[in-house]
Amino acid sequence: MTTFLGMPSYAPRGVGALRGFDLFPAAAREALGNAQLRRNLGHATATIRAKRAAVVGEVADWEELRLAGEAIKAVTMARLDEHLVRLEREVTERGGTVHWARDANEANRIVTDLVRAAGADEVVKVKSMATQEIGLNEALAEAGIAAWETDLAELIVQLGHDRPSHILVPAIHRNRSEIREIFLREMSDVDPGLTDEPRQLAMAARAHLRRKFLTAKVAVSGANFAVAETGTLAVVESEGNGRMCLTLPQTLITVMGIEKLVPTWRDLEVFLQLLPRSSTGERMNPYTSLWTGVTPGDGPQTFHLVLLDNGRTAVLSDEVGRAALHCIRCSACLNVCPVYERTGGHAYGSVYPGPIGAILSPQLTGIEDNASLPYASSLCGACYDVCPVRIDIPTILVHLRGRHVEERSRRRLPSPEAVTMAAAGWTMARPARFRGAERLLRVGRVLGRRRGRIGALPPPLSAWTASRDLPRPPSETFRQWWRRTRGTS
Amino acid sequence: MRVALFITCLADALFPSVGQATVSLLERLGHEVVFPEDQTCCGQMHINTGYRREGLRLIRHHTEVFSGSDAIVAPSGSCVGSVRHQHAEMARRAGDDALAAAAEGVAARTYELSEFLVDVLGVTDVGAYYPHRVTYHPTCHSLRLLRVGDRPLRLLRAVRGIDLVELPAAEECCGFGGTFAVKNAEVSTAMLADKMRHITSTGADVLTAGDSSCLMHIGGGLTRLRAGTRSVHLAEILAATA
Repeated sequence: MTTFLGMPSYAPRGVGALRGFDLFPAAAREALGNAQLRRNLGHATATIRAKRAAVVGEVADWEELRLAGEAIKAVTMARLDEHLVRLEREVTERGGTVHWARDANEANRIVTDLVRAAGADEVVKVKSMATQEIGLNEALAEAGIAAWETDLAELIVQLGHDRPSHILVPAIHRNRSEIREIFLREMSDVDPGLTDEPRQLAMAARAHLRRKFLTAKVAVSGANFAVAETGTLAVVESEGNGRMCLTLPQTLITVMGIEKLVPTWRDLEVFLQLLPRSSTGERMNPYTSLWTGVTPGDGPQTFHLVLLDNGRTAVLSDEVGRAALHCIRCSACLNVCPVYERTGGHAYGSVYPGPIGAILSPQLTGIEDNASLPYASSLCGACYDVCPVRIDIPTILVHLRGRHVEERSRRRLPSPEAVTMAAAGWTMARPARFRGAERLLRVGRVLGRRRGRIGALPPPLSAWTASRDLPRPPSETFRQWWRRTRGTS
Repeated sequence: MRVALFITCLADALFPSVGQATVSLLERLGHEVVFPEDQTCCGQMHINTGYRREGLRLIRHHTEVFSGSDAIVAPSGSCVGSVRHQHAEMARRAGDDALAAAAEGVAARTYELSEFLVDVLGVTDVGAYYPHRVTYHPTCHSLRLLRVGDRPLRLLRAVRGIDLVELPAAEECCGFGGTFAVKNAEVSTAMLADKMRHITSTGADVLTAGDSSCLMHIGGGLTRLRAGTRSVHLAEILAATA
């Protein structure tokens, strides 16, 4: 065994789903033009927002719970290494096997080998962000192993040869008539008379999935939490399909990001209150499955836990950005985000969309690979207000913009923006220069002479004037007026 | 009371009437207004776009200019938000503890206009008269950074002659977001479209808010569409008299 003590590495390129093809503004343009998508998203996010607000409003000590959640995460991350070793010991003592995966490639290899060793050519899957992040299904497919998604929304995405667009409701961009079409096209065993009534759609999925549950020898899951003190894993869900996967197959393989751990059961209590109200807007989620190692004669008889880094240690090394690791994947920030509501999740490129994705993905991959994401926000702050663990997303967005600008400057990559910003900074650092620059406003007065406002400017300011007028600059600035009417103060 | 006006670079250059209204309002309420003429910009645009070195230079300048002022008032939630929530933190992270301490001092004495009127001066009826149908948009930074709450609305409700109508989905961002409005112009415009739809649904002839920047964005959209609704800063309504 060797010990690697270099700088923490980012999630590798060429594997997984943390990087998109287009920059955010270009990807967003496509989404903005899709009227059906806009309608589906607007309707769905408004519904979840209202549900969340109602159930959060019922909890008298909600702010105290948020503070507790934030504090527990902060102290846990500060000693993550010790807690992880404890978790490994407890899981092992209770009959499980722990594997450490530095990145997506290692994790995919470990899981593939375990499935092969179990003699299986298919697995059933519990909804999991970590396995989406590392592209596990694709890696298994390359090895000739079929992975069946059993979460209803993930099933819709998988059958539609689509990508998830939301952390909690990955098919949020689809409405029920689109889902019906997907089922009719892709489910070989479906009743051709299927309507788009939600109950009928659910029953079709249920019949389709039941056969998989009863035949699969291996299940793959993620984890919402792991309790270090007893080596217990937790999955929180609504449908019960996760529990089928967690209990029926002989072998269970859980892939978990290293940041999902909480030290004690007392800590877990806080998050089990915060998560359902923030995510589905329910007082309590229907299914909370907890398992500890292996229990003879009950449930899977072989249990493997794969602990995944894939860039997380790099995130942990950033004093400001590390709070992104506190995320419990509730997706409340997506549902309140005015940008997400209009673009949907695909525009973010990564499997982690929305405000949390905009701070998490660039930190996992290195900023240059997701450089447009920290700018995909108006910094309105709605995300911070709803975050159950009080991640100050706007501050981290601004911090990452700073890191991006400094990285570009270190690599000597000049941009028109950097030149403009440097010039503006130089000008505004001295009052006399600023007064001088204000005289340039006279040019604007000429431009706006005819209509009293400015309707068209050359690039890059055309990005503003394409949809908005600019006011015609005034005949005198405030400071000129002050000096004229009051003299110097 | 002696009040130092922090005009903000945007209002100085493009919306001097907002500054003039702030001065006349505070003077009408019996206070002395001074204008530290060396002020330029708080640096928020640089900070929020990632240009920390330039931003830090402007923070230093702003802190020096206002270090001698007892009460500092700005007609902008966003710029006050930057002074209060970014300046000291940026200085601290850059390792300049002396600047951080000085910036904290300035921040503690800096108020957004509606905060200053309601909390410091203790007035909600400022004696204004404004016979128009008005709807109010709470800007994100005044709402979520400063938590001004209903202070602007309490001030507006006391204005004589006003027909104040509630804006649907008022707390949703208008899509300005500083350089976001240019870097992600199309998303910004989509957000603006919804904001304008809500504004015009009220039948108001005046849209008001506490930030010239958001008003420039929304107002620019409204005039482009010849929507028939004007954008007017809160200070201008509060300064208006019969």
